[in-house]
Amino acid sequence: MPQGTLCNRQPITTEEALKTLLADKGGAIYYQEMKELDVDTDLLWDTVQKTCKSRTRTWLEICAHCGMCADSCLFYRCSGRDPEQVPAYKIQSTLGEIVKRKGRVDNAFMRRAMDYAWGRCTCCNRCGTFCPHGIDMGVMFSYLRGLLYSQGFVPWEMKIGAGMHRVYKAQMDVTSEDFVDTCEWMAEETEEEWPGLCIPVDEENAEVMYTLNAREPKHYPEDLAQAAILFHLAGVKWTVPSEGWEQTSLSMFAGDWEACRQQVTHVFDAIERLNPQLVIGTECGHAHRGTVIEGPYWAGRPDGKAPRPYIHYVQWLAQMLREGRIRIDPAKKIKEPCTLQDSCNYVRNHGLANYTREIMSYIAEDYREMAPNRENNYCCGGGGGLNGIGRYRKERNKVLMTKRDQILATGASLVIAPCHNCWDAIRDLEEEYHIGIKWSFLKPLIISMAIVPDHLKPQDGDDE
Amino acid sequence: MRDVYSLLTGPLLGISLLVFFGGMAWRIFWYIKGLDWRLERVAYRPYMKRGLKGAVQSIWRWLVPYGTHSWRQHPFFAGAFFLFHLGAIFVPLFLAGHMVIMERQLGFSLPALPQIVSDVLTLGTIAAGGFIIARRLALPEVRILTTLYDYFILCLSLAPFVTGFLAAANAPGYDFWLLLHILCGELFLILAPFTKLSHIALFFMSRGQLGMDYAIKRGGEFRGTSFPW
Repeated sequence: MPQGTLCNRQPITTEEALKTLLADKGGAIYYQEMKELDVDTDLLWDTVQKTCKSRTRTWLEICAHCGMCADSCLFYRCSGRDPEQVPAYKIQSTLGEIVKRKGRVDNAFMRRAMDYAWGRCTCCNRCGTFCPHGIDMGVMFSYLRGLLYSQGFVPWEMKIGAGMHRVYKAQMDVTSEDFVDTCEWMAEETEEEWPGLCIPVDEENAEVMYTLNAREPKHYPEDLAQAAILFHLAGVKWTVPSEGWEQTSLSMFAGDWEACRQQVTHVFDAIERLNPQLVIGTECGHAHRGTVIEGPYWAGRPDGKAPRPYIHYVQWLAQMLREGRIRIDPAKKIKEPCTLQDSCNYVRNHGLANYTREIMSYIAEDYREMAPNRENNYCCGGGGGLNGIGRYRKERNKVLMTKRDQILATGASLVIAPCHNCWDAIRDLEEEYHIGIKWSFLKPLIISMAIVPDHLKPQDGDDE
Repeated sequence: MRDVYSLLTGPLLGISLLVFFGGMAWRIFWYIKGLDWRLERVAYRPYMKRGLKGAVQSIWRWLVPYGTHSWRQHPFFAGAFFLFHLGAIFVPLFLAGHMVIMERQLGFSLPALPQIVSDVLTLGTIAAGGFIIARRLALPEVRILTTLYDYFILCLSLAPFVTGFLAAANAPGYDFWLLLHILCGELFLILAPFTKLSHIALFFMSRGQLGMDYAIKRGGEFRGTSFPW
């Protein structure tokens, strides 16, 4: 069968197609169809020739096969040192073979490559920092994902995720109206306790434009309320755009580069339209990667920068605490031993390790570092989309062991994870392994310990 | 014998060196020409200065024995690696015997290593090469990556050292070892640009590029150009 009805080379571009694919529970038919899906080898080779340039070809060619990347990979560590989990082997036997065979690979090869690209790598880029030649296998796996996506060999959830971005301009079915409604609803809910608080939509020339992860309006609207409270506390003139508010990019995990371009363009258009001085993204790692680090390139910006300064939430929070615009009640600082999860996307890949540590110095009395940490930290186990792919749930749960052991070694009972995927992975590892920890984003913690100036408190009798 | 020797150390040596240096230059040119700011998503041009600093730092840290996490995490392999490359680089460049040929062909030469130092470095390279081969066979995570090609490259690299050492030690069949040594060395030079040995030049490209990537896009503006390799 050349192309399936659900599993095929076409990206999802209509709501109808998206709903049809979603209706196939767990992708049962989708994966069945994938077994018959033809590989367009000419297209594959053509794509490789156009996009696999000297950097990637050199990486594949000069790999010394030394195995120094093995221990750096959490999949290798958690599989009882299975040689088939060595990063160099994983990429050489997939992308390396595609290049070597000039794209002439078959269906079984492509399905195996898919299982490797999404089920055996979280694109955390740690292995690349352990290779003497500087061969970044995470970067190559991301590239491989793009090749696989273009041939239709992509996990069901990833195809849906990329489709969501194309259809709803967000990773979930949250429309512009839904989003604005949620803003109004959260502002109403919160206003009682925080008089004067509002969530301004589409305000031009604000000090700050705030961008989010669609999960927040969809499943955790209180996160949006918490962001509003902290902006209110800090006295920041802020706004959210009614369109272009979604900062994440499941299309990046899927390897759908056109959807990546579209998504980041929505955000950059909002920035141009509203002209804020600064853009702040929520506590998410891959959203920052997708929009601030990689996004400008997808949007074709030669300086590699967003149209305005665009920072991660932890950068803003560190600044507010440093400048005393948000003040912490010393009596309410975190007393229990706590540790911090370094997100690969903005720590290894964007150098923000000092900001989170600065925040910890203001809020925690017994802060403990994981080992290794900072740029050298391990992926939580759920990055690169792995958290969300049912087909690889077993593999995901297994690699959570690395983080579990790192956390246990600190003796911490609270793990602060300013990243959605890390937060999910740590929640799931607690469910899976019951090690008795709590986990949290920064926003609720900061609100619980911030000093509220009198003029921001509800007036006496207001809440009677 | 003399004719063969003259041929090997004359025109053939010239051709070998030409292929080696020309080939390596071509590989470097091709590498840089193939870089693409949009595909790699690295804005090389606007941040060239910061990028080059990152590149130099990335190369330097990995050239220092035990200078990176990764070297420190693999102490034995790192030891063998540096021992192997120390001899592989310094002996061919500064061996007294090579300097004699250089003087004759070019009219000048580089300072020569004392023979004892060359001998020790040569033995170090051979021993380290043996260790690297044994490691390939012994460790499952290395064995799975290893192909016949890897052994070929190792043999190609070690052959000039083994034959050269035998010749220098005046082993029985001196002439044979000497000619074989020269032949192996020239074969190495000729094949290097077309094989994995191109890493002699491309290591600096690849290592430098990742340093630029981290310095320009992946956090250089926050952590400084020096990534904690």
